[in-house]
Amino acid sequence: MNIPLNIDLQQILLHLFNFVILAGGLYLLLYRPVKDFMAKREAHYQEMAQQTEEALRHAEELEAARQQRLDSVDQELRERRVVATQEINRAADDRLAEAERQAQEIISDAREAARREHDKILDQAQKELVDLAFAAAEKVARGSADYDRFLDLAERGESDGNS
Amino acid sequence: MSKEKRRTFLLIWILVLAALLAGIILTGPAGAKDEALNEAMRDAVLHEENRVSLLGLVEVNPAVISALTVNGVLLLAAACIRIFVIPRFQLIPGRVQMLLEELVGFFDGLARSNSPHRHKFLGVYLFAAGTYIFTGTLFELFGVQSVTTGGRIIALPAPLSDINGAICMGCLSYLVILSGGIAGNGLRGVGLTLKDFSLPISMSFRLFGALLSGLLVTELVYYSLALSFVLPVIVGVIFTLLHALIQTYVLIMLTALFYGEVSEPHRKKEKPARTQHN
Repeated sequence: MNIPLNIDLQQILLHLFNFVILAGGLYLLLYRPVKDFMAKREAHYQEMAQQTEEALRHAEELEAARQQRLDSVDQELRERRVVATQEINRAADDRLAEAERQAQEIISDAREAARREHDKILDQAQKELVDLAFAAAEKVARGSADYDRFLDLAERGESDGNS
Repeated sequence: MSKEKRRTFLLIWILVLAALLAGIILTGPAGAKDEALNEAMRDAVLHEENRVSLLGLVEVNPAVISALTVNGVLLLAAACIRIFVIPRFQLIPGRVQMLLEELVGFFDGLARSNSPHRHKFLGVYLFAAGTYIFTGTLFELFGVQSVTTGGRIIALPAPLSDINGAICMGCLSYLVILSGGIAGNGLRGVGLTLKDFSLPISMSFRLFGALLSGLLVTELVYYSLALSFVLPVIVGVIFTLLHALIQTYVLIMLTALFYGEVSEPHRKKEKPARTQHN
């Protein structure tokens, strides 16, 4: 068959045969290895990204846990502070009460001591007054004859009534 | 080199070039070729005269030899890259690795973007076709020579400047599109592909016409001795580079677009719910 423009089926098939060999060869030698490498690298970077994401998530979890612990520590501190304040207040009250009690004791002791001292001083003053009275009486009596007679009578054991 | 010496060198160089140019023009009559221009043009299109023997088995157009040479060179280069370059690929790529990855990534990306649901085979085809068309078109720049059966020495043309090579690529692209339609939509895909029955013809002749026009212009320029200086640098190199890029892009883009269109899974349109009238 004479096809115009010198179109030749045999040569078309030759071109086709040639191209199919070329396509197969290029696919096996160039396209697939390069694509495989690119896919491998992409997988590698995806894995890295995944690991990074995982590490980031882990870090975020740690951060959240740390924050939670910090919050709980803060809460605990607040509670402890409240308890400590209460204890301090209670202790202060106790100390105050104790101090007041001690002050009362001291005051009552002092009052007692003062009273005792007062009594003692009063006794002593009375005694001194008696002594003074005796001394004055003795002095007065020592100057009179009655005193000597009184002493004699006293020595003899006789009283004025007996005589 | 001082300015004085440089000026002297340039002057001598220009004088020598001018003398040579004058000698070339004066010694040979322009257009004195053993083949007339219209014959050369006709042969560039039809390849009726200059045929090359393929291993003594069959006489073929020179473009078949070009295709085989391009194929051999590409496969050899691919094998060298496979053996010496790819095993040394690093996670952080060097220049060669980046170039290869960009090349593969470009075709793969083109396939993915135009046919997101079915793109593996399309990517391979686009890579092979793109590489073949681009390298094949650039091949004519090297002026590899061959001897015709008539004993004439000719420069091998681009493989796709032969209509048989262009028909091969056009029809193969159409078959690839058809395969995508069948794989994606079965018989409906066949229908969708056959709807564009003019596609293989348009693809083939677009490729053939584009490459042939480049060949003809180059042939025309080289035919005249007076135009054989400086101008071929623009016509031969820049035009060849440009249409290598453009034709590669056009063919792979068309194939990818049509492939994506026919292989897209068909979704039945949902009937609008009937409104109840009271």
